[in-house]
Amino acid sequence: MSEYLVQFNNISKFFGKVIALKDVTMKLKKGEIMCLLGDNGAGKSTLIKTLAGVHRPDEGEIIVEGKKTIFDSPKDALDMGIATVYQDLALVSLMSVTRNFFMGREPMKGLPFFKTFDIEKANKIAAERMGQIGIDVRDPSQAVGTMSGGERQCLAISRAIYFGAKVLVLDEPTSALGVHQASVVLKYIVKAASQGLAVILITHNVHHAYPVGNSFTVLNRGKSLGTYEKKNISREKLLSMMAGGEELNKLEVELQEMNRKN
Amino acid sequence: MSTKSKSIETKTDFNQDERLKKVSKLRLLLNRPELGALGGAILVFIFFGIVAGDTGMFSAYGVLNFLDVSANLGIIAIAAAMLMIGGEFDLSIGSMIGFAGICIAIPAIYWGWPLWMSIIFAFSMAVLVGYFNGILVVKTGLPSFIVTLAMLFILRGATLALTRLITGRTQVPGLRVLIEDDPLAWIFATDTFKWVFTWLGSMNLIALRTDGTPLATGIPPSVIWFIALAIITTWILMKTRYGNWIFASGGDKNGANNVGVPVGRVKISLFIGTAVAATIFATIQVLDAGSADTMRGTLKELEAIAAAVVGGCLLTGGYGSAIGAAFGALIFGTVSMGIFYTDVDTDWFKVFLGAMMLIAVIFNNYIRRKVTESK
Repeated sequence: MSEYLVQFNNISKFFGKVIALKDVTMKLKKGEIMCLLGDNGAGKSTLIKTLAGVHRPDEGEIIVEGKKTIFDSPKDALDMGIATVYQDLALVSLMSVTRNFFMGREPMKGLPFFKTFDIEKANKIAAERMGQIGIDVRDPSQAVGTMSGGERQCLAISRAIYFGAKVLVLDEPTSALGVHQASVVLKYIVKAASQGLAVILITHNVHHAYPVGNSFTVLNRGKSLGTYEKKNISREKLLSMMAGGEELNKLEVELQEMNRKN
Repeated sequence: MSTKSKSIETKTDFNQDERLKKVSKLRLLLNRPELGALGGAILVFIFFGIVAGDTGMFSAYGVLNFLDVSANLGIIAIAAAMLMIGGEFDLSIGSMIGFAGICIAIPAIYWGWPLWMSIIFAFSMAVLVGYFNGILVVKTGLPSFIVTLAMLFILRGATLALTRLITGRTQVPGLRVLIEDDPLAWIFATDTFKWVFTWLGSMNLIALRTDGTPLATGIPPSVIWFIALAIITTWILMKTRYGNWIFASGGDKNGANNVGVPVGRVKISLFIGTAVAATIFATIQVLDAGSADTMRGTLKELEAIAAAVVGGCLLTGGYGSAIGAAFGALIFGTVSMGIFYTDVDTDWFKVFLGAMMLIAVIFNNYIRRKVTESK
């Protein structure tokens, strides 16, 4: 048994002549939060889709719990316990909290061939799970459209955990949220990790990533600029690496000022 | 005194989030998609009850008459609603009705097939057409509006061309004699509960013909099919996994796909559903009339969609109800027949149909905003 829950070794992905990813390596232990940082166009989306089993890597290997595996489809990745929460969250705003929570994986009851969707059980579990993360769904049959952005994000994450995620891949979970909502979501991510999940947090917001991450991988133009333990790297260094250097030094100063104000 | 009031206060605080407005029962009811159609149907009955209450519209014969018309439309409206909830349209329903009709009539009359075999053949063709529509929409990603509009012309044209090629005309009569003793046709051609009507007639409770048999002979097969379909589809939507997948596929197909809902398969099955419903409609009509006509079902697809919309389906998918579409069909059927019992010129029916649909769309749009409104 490897000490790592999941390892992505030297992953490369090409689209025709375009090198979308080149030799990206990430290793995660249980309970660890790795933040994957990168600006727009750094290859984050391609990497996420490779982790999620949508793309098959052209080079490199994926090792889950010590076993080398190949994901042929998103379902394969899911079956191995790697759950990806995309930016669109895969929530249908017109559908109820319960129906969203169990979408595609409905609990069933009844005799074979006459099985029905056990909506009472589903309601109970959904309300319970949401309650555990401090979101009181008064009525689990209310439409998801009535929830706030942070609540929706938490619902999507909570759903992934309920269905047996060991590794959570979160795509920009805080990008559309206000400060308060973002902190609620980040708190929940830390809590999830403390329960033994490994989390890959993809973001371009260092200020959201730095407080919660254990390690940081910076992606730039499809290549990894390395993985750093939190103690070995400062917030400022990360920021400048992400942007690719000098040109943002000025902006960095401004950002720090803004940060101080916040 | 003060302790008492305090305890009451804490109790309410515990039960209620102070930011949450009290949701009335009425409000919860308003969130049901079929509410508008139910209200509309009640209004329509009140209206005709007042205007045409003493004309025979609500005699047994009159009721069965408008129920039959509603039921025929309802059969295709329910299937159209299911497909709309799944996020797609089918404009080829009307053409499929004509096509299915001749698929029954030509083999039975010209090729000497037994009637049951022709009926099975028509349903097989429906499954093929539905599958073709579905796979085309799913694989190309083109709007179903366009794909099925093309199919509307293709099917209607093929129906006309093939019928003329094989028979030299556009109508195929002579089916009535084949119905008797056919092991399958009775499902689509038998009036049921005849004994109830005979009994009612013998008690002089309903109108009789001069020979003493009741004017209304039994519940037409369309009504039985309609009620059965309304119950089954509502059960599917509310109570089964497949029902949840239909809502999910229509609400957000990428999202649904990402959590493992087989969106493609769901949509293809719904397209097969509309084609099969069109064939049920066609079989009932062909056996009732004893003949197939190449132009049968023209514009029915739009009436079906109108009924589905009045029944609370959103044009964007993901929301609606089968029972709502059934009420929508009931409104249209009742008004289209009821208008004969009033002094109003029947030409006005289409105006009513259009106005009704417009009101429904505006109402639905308002409901959708209410449902998805963020806090």
